[in-house]
Amino acid sequence: MMNKKKLELYIHIPFCAKKCAYCDFLSFPGNVQMQREYMEQLGEEIRLQAASCSEYQVVSIFIGGGTPSILSASDILELMETLKGSFTISPEAEITMEANPGTVKLDSLKDYRAAGINRISLGLQSADDTELGYLGRIHTFDEFLKTYQRVRMAGFSNVNVDLISAIPGQTLDSWKNTLKKVTMLKPEHISAYSLIVEEGTPYYDRYGAHVELSDDCLTSEERRRLMALPELPDEDTEREMYYLTQTLLAEQGYERYEISNYSRPGFECAHNIGYWTGTEYLGLGLGSSSYIDGCRFHNTPDFREYTTAHLDQEEDFQKCLRQEFETLTREERMEEYMFLGLRLMRGVSALGFITRFGQSIRSVYGSILDQLAADGLLEYVSGYYRLTERGIDLSNYVMSKFLLN
Amino acid sequence: MATVDQSKIRNFCIIAHIDHGKSTLADRIIEKTGLLTSREMQAQVLDNMDLERERGITIKAQTVRTVYKAPNGEEYVFNMIDTPGHVDFNYEVSRSLAACDGAILVVDSSQGIEAQTLANVYLALDHDLDVFPVLNKIDLPSADPERVVNEIEDVIGIEAHDAPRISAKTGINIEAVLDAIVEKIPAPDGNPQAPLQALIFDSLYDSYKGVIVFCRIKEGTVKKGMKIRMMATGAVEEVVEVGYFGAGQFIPCDSLSAGMVGYITASIKNVKDTAVGDTITDAANPCKTALPGYKKVTPMVYCGLYPSDGARYNDLREALEKLQLNDASLFFEPETSLALGFGYRCGFLGLLHLEVIEERLEREYNLDLVTTAPSVVYHVYKKDGTKIKLTNPSNLPDPSEIEYMEEPIVSAEIMVTTEFVGSIMALCQERRGVYLGMEYMEETRALLKYELPLNEIIYDFFDALKSRSRGYASFDYEMKGYERSELVKLDILVNKEEVDALSFIVHAESAYDRGRRMCEKLKNEIPRHLFEVPIQAAIGGKIIARETVKAMRKDVLAKCYGGDISRKKKLLEKQKEGKKRMRQVGNVEIPQKAFMSVLKLDDE
Repeated sequence: MMNKKKLELYIHIPFCAKKCAYCDFLSFPGNVQMQREYMEQLGEEIRLQAASCSEYQVVSIFIGGGTPSILSASDILELMETLKGSFTISPEAEITMEANPGTVKLDSLKDYRAAGINRISLGLQSADDTELGYLGRIHTFDEFLKTYQRVRMAGFSNVNVDLISAIPGQTLDSWKNTLKKVTMLKPEHISAYSLIVEEGTPYYDRYGAHVELSDDCLTSEERRRLMALPELPDEDTEREMYYLTQTLLAEQGYERYEISNYSRPGFECAHNIGYWTGTEYLGLGLGSSSYIDGCRFHNTPDFREYTTAHLDQEEDFQKCLRQEFETLTREERMEEYMFLGLRLMRGVSALGFITRFGQSIRSVYGSILDQLAADGLLEYVSGYYRLTERGIDLSNYVMSKFLLN
Repeated sequence: MATVDQSKIRNFCIIAHIDHGKSTLADRIIEKTGLLTSREMQAQVLDNMDLERERGITIKAQTVRTVYKAPNGEEYVFNMIDTPGHVDFNYEVSRSLAACDGAILVVDSSQGIEAQTLANVYLALDHDLDVFPVLNKIDLPSADPERVVNEIEDVIGIEAHDAPRISAKTGINIEAVLDAIVEKIPAPDGNPQAPLQALIFDSLYDSYKGVIVFCRIKEGTVKKGMKIRMMATGAVEEVVEVGYFGAGQFIPCDSLSAGMVGYITASIKNVKDTAVGDTITDAANPCKTALPGYKKVTPMVYCGLYPSDGARYNDLREALEKLQLNDASLFFEPETSLALGFGYRCGFLGLLHLEVIEERLEREYNLDLVTTAPSVVYHVYKKDGTKIKLTNPSNLPDPSEIEYMEEPIVSAEIMVTTEFVGSIMALCQERRGVYLGMEYMEETRALLKYELPLNEIIYDFFDALKSRSRGYASFDYEMKGYERSELVKLDILVNKEEVDALSFIVHAESAYDRGRRMCEKLKNEIPRHLFEVPIQAAIGGKIIARETVKAMRKDVLAKCYGGDISRKKKLLEKQKEGKKRMRQVGNVEIPQKAFMSVLKLDDE
């Protein structure tokens, strides 16, 4: 047991009540029939994939979406049973489930907890109802408060709240207000992302730097409302919001441990940190990605293909669950070690690099590290190379420097 | 077919404005004369190059011999000489015309006569060709053949009432054109026994045969084994093969005699020895005088061509050498730029020629190029009495050494519908044009005559002309000569460093405006850096305009999940790849496209 390799599981539930205007995740509304088909196939996938993971111990599980809480409690219970029956799960494993305000009842939450889920992540995004409307969210702040209350009542002692800054029409004051309201609730963890206008979303039609509109299925009324949205905050305001987040959350006892993630001490998201430090993970469900045995691949993003595949047959298994399969080279693993590790505020460990690759970080990246340090973007602090404040602002620039060739 | 009765030969060309249907008519003639089966017909047989097909123009003159069986049972040999259809190739056009005895004038029956048509018809009439018109595109609903007939008779002064009304596209009435060729184009003359006198109207390099010379035999006979002399270049060679042109192939024969059109090969290695317009004669029994009209072609427009990837410098040289084998008017010599590294200064007949070469280098030789601003050739008269022909603005001597400068001037004719006369005159005014006069072709159309400095029309004049006339203006020009002018060198400084590849010569009066617009344009092209980047325009060290690219504020991906890692990496790779397309000047990275984009400053 002690010698088993660590594995993280990501479970994707693609359903949501209504697609948000900024969302580019693989998610869509689905009826009960679709949900049943999906959950059955997911169970099948878990059993089959687990067969080759006997030498692993699962250290974290993240049930994300979509909106996993849209499923009935019994679906979640069954999912958890299947997982427990198929994998060796560490007793200390962090098991997170995403939930949307407005989709969960107290009883369900109690059931989740009984089934072993020990962390809830709530997608609030903003404490301002107008802003929630702009985002296309289906809940109000008041509904969130009720849900948060229920989560605590159900006994969850590790809760994350997701927030988004740089929303259309948002001001520094309204963002400050959101942060204040949320910190008053004292969640253990806060994820605060800046809005990114992603291709293929209605937001891209409204804010993207392009001419042609995407072929989405908005009604003319929806399109009119989309086009009437206020402008996005400018770049300077967006950065001010980011700095404000760090300052204000620090005052309330939250530490920024990753570019966009903050927690009270000891409540960093283990699953998230695993991604940045090269822990192996297996993605289960529609479109989810895996990194295992030095290989990256993902499941089919096609709902029909996924639900109708005969996964117990080798051909279907490969076609459906091993898409874009690639074995990482040593150079690629070095690149990832650097650009993923730099997302963590503590940075990348020089010792970790030499242990993993048998050569020093400086023998590979010496001149780049020096140049970035000279530009004030990177610093070396007690064994770790980490981003400076300016380096965080320009992290893509910094990270791109670590690509070899 | 060894000897053909001169009276059964017809040597002609087709002249037309772009898009009026020249190549399509040529195809139909080839089809109807039965040289090729329909299956062999490509959409356009004459246009070999993809590029030409896309642009709808013919760049390199080619010629085809076909055999027409007339209704009376007689067989006629048609030598159809394809002429290039653009002002840059005016000299080649004139030599092709000199190889003909007559010309078919194709006019679009809805568009009517265009400036270029007129220029080419006058050129044909200058060569004493018999020109007969054909009204094309009569199948179009907008066709108005009666109006166009009147226009041809009024403006050009040639008989047009019995002009065949055809549709080359659908094949309507092509037979009438064939009969008109027999009837209206005179048979050639010349004595097969006289000393050889043949006109070179084109040449082509073939890796097996060497240079293939296209010629029209005016006097005498040429056969295999004969020693021939090129009268202008002085080259002497032994004839290896003579023959005529099938569609897309060379067909050898025993001899070519007076009146015939065909080719000669003589293991000539360099097209420079076979200059278009030169006269070929018998080295042993030379003719007394060369044919008139020979002229050495000189490049009018120069620019620097640099490989994006410096390692491909040698590939660029080899590609240019290969292109030059077929194109004696292409000039190049090595040059270096601080900003762009090693490359070549290349000379072209005009901007279209430049674009054609650039596209061929990129497509056929797979080269990624950076092009500097095109420049014309300036004459710089120095105080010490010497004169420089300046092709690269960077080489301009210090202003204190310059007595005065001259720039090339062209005579331009612009044909435009009357509603746009005002805006076109304004355009010519902005481009320092000198108004010479205006003629009304008919009630709705006018021919404007201007003298314009060549450097004002090589950038974006044609685009501006089209956009300000909603596409209705047509344009033609010819070199007039050099005139003294107040010219200055405009330098661009990026982060205080002069970027040599962006320097150019401009008239003193437009310098401020152009400098300002260059800075604005570059501000949008140069990405943000970690530091603020000033962009300045300067004349002789004096700053006349400035813009600033603000320092990069953020470049961060807020949201990144485990599953996104491949995507994240692609994003970073794209960012890194973008850097490769940059040129390092000092510590500033300038995207390669910035060097070209500054040429298009007319915003209308």
